[in-house]
Amino acid sequence: MKQTSEYTGPIIRVKDLVKKFGSFTAVDHISFDVKKGEIFGFLGANGAGKTTAIRMLCGLLEPTSGALRVAGFDGYHQREAIKRNIGYMSQKFSLYEDLTVYENFRLYAGIYGIPRKERIRKTDELLKKLNLEESRDKLVAGLPLGWKQKLAFSLALFHQPAVVFLDEPSGGVDPLTRRTFWDLIYEVAHQGITIFVTTHYMDEAEYCNRVAIMSEGKIVALDTPVALKEQYHTDSMDGVFLKIARNKE
Amino acid sequence: MNQLLGFVKKEFTHIFRDPRTMVILFGIPIIQLMLFGYVITTEIKDARIAILDHSNDNVTREIKNKILSSGYFRLEANLIQENEIDPIFKKGDVKEVIVFEKGFAENLEREGKANIQVIADASDPNTAQMLYNYTNGIVQDYTKKKFAGFTIPVQIKSEVRMLYNENMVGAFMYVPGTMALILMLISAMMTSITIAREKEMGTMEILLVSPLKATHIILGKVAPYLLLSLIDAFVVVFLGNVVFGVPIRGSLFVLAFLVILYISMALSLGILISTVANSQQVALFISGFALMLPTILLSGFIFPIENMPVPLQILSNFMPPRWFIDALKQVMLKGNGFAYIWPNVLILCAMTLFFLGLSVKKFRLRLE
Repeated sequence: MKQTSEYTGPIIRVKDLVKKFGSFTAVDHISFDVKKGEIFGFLGANGAGKTTAIRMLCGLLEPTSGALRVAGFDGYHQREAIKRNIGYMSQKFSLYEDLTVYENFRLYAGIYGIPRKERIRKTDELLKKLNLEESRDKLVAGLPLGWKQKLAFSLALFHQPAVVFLDEPSGGVDPLTRRTFWDLIYEVAHQGITIFVTTHYMDEAEYCNRVAIMSEGKIVALDTPVALKEQYHTDSMDGVFLKIARNKE
Repeated sequence: MNQLLGFVKKEFTHIFRDPRTMVILFGIPIIQLMLFGYVITTEIKDARIAILDHSNDNVTREIKNKILSSGYFRLEANLIQENEIDPIFKKGDVKEVIVFEKGFAENLEREGKANIQVIADASDPNTAQMLYNYTNGIVQDYTKKKFAGFTIPVQIKSEVRMLYNENMVGAFMYVPGTMALILMLISAMMTSITIAREKEMGTMEILLVSPLKATHIILGKVAPYLLLSLIDAFVVVFLGNVVFGVPIRGSLFVLAFLVILYISMALSLGILISTVANSQQVALFISGFALMLPTILLSGFIFPIENMPVPLQILSNFMPPRWFIDALKQVMLKGNGFAYIWPNVLILCAMTLFFLGLSVKKFRLRLE
């Protein structure tokens, strides 16, 4: 199943990607590459085409035209292979609240076809690392939000994907917890796993290696946070975002 | 396969950990069965009957005219021999057969007494009782008027025989209906709610992004409810038999087949609902209004279909429970097999395929 280890090129390659729904163009000729181990931020107002773009990257939607490769697999014909090689965490954390921590691990491992032995070993290892050993048999519903967030992230990584998509991973979480969460993200990126993250929080955008900003289906800015701030003569990502929005008008 | 098993296991855990679900699954069926065991009164109009007239004389013709012009009955067939009675009941075409004895007018004149036999299909006990009462009333009325001036009391005696349900037990009618209702509740309502819950919680996204195939997801959601519905069907049949004495005259195989077919139909309806409902509340609302009410009101469960206004009668043809209840009564009470229920089976199969096809189409549309 793991066919990615030898692959060394960009983990995500997008060239002139288009998605149309009838006469409406949700994603309009976007192009970008994401390197292995990079933390790539994906920003944009609601309705800018972010969600549609991510759905294509995750193999959920077939593109209308353009080239798309994720982890070396084609976005048209190898969507199943893409699904096996990516992790996904949504803003709702998407854990089963009426299952215990351990049962959640067991379910995800089962879905990704991870053998029993490996599953048990990895689950123990992760629980230890997250300091969740005591909550192993507790229902997820009773855990604090920050723990759920970490848990959801670990689950998305459980099958060792090449890329993890984080769709607004810090919704409703306080800044301090957000900060510790980002420590976790850096650690994972260091191990060579690519992080593709969408967010509303501009402090999170600052943490990314590079940031793409989408507006009306197009990518209107793409660079490191530092370069973007320089380009728009402002000292925060918030400023960059506002200036782009104003330019549009 | 292993992926699917893990998924099904998780689904069972959801069910067993939620007290509300458990009550719906195992409490409500029993309560409903007990409640519907009581009789609810209904009325008759245009009931289809057959007449076997052994004498065909003035008096019998007059009585027949009276009966047929009353508005309660419609003549479906004129029979010639006794042995035609049983098949016509089994076919389900008529609810009642009226038999006039040989030499009816003669007997009446000579002895002041003549006999009419009323045979009714009592697998639907309310209807049967009502039909008999109406028939008898018309005959007595006729006798009173016609022979008013006579000094010797003239008597036309009608003798009644209730077929299939000799003791007129109301539960006989309600057990099949309750089964239809409960299976609809569990299969359609519960599946639509549980799928909607995954959407609401955001876990559906995770499942869609995973290598699980859409068919696996649906199969995994549906399989536990298929099993639990079967258990419920068994409980209803068992309780009906033990508590109310409802017989199972047909083959168990046919019964099981029918039940599984109906559950499949309800499950596909549940899937269809879940493709349009994005929250548990919407799913509950749709399945409550779109499924429960028609099941109770339009399926012939409580109100006889022949008594409905024509538009509702037509509408009732599109209610899957109608065909299920009818077939179930035939199998349980009359002992009929596939030879008699095949039209119902065919209709239910067609409905299942239709709902499944529609959900697949909707599911694809939603993903696009």
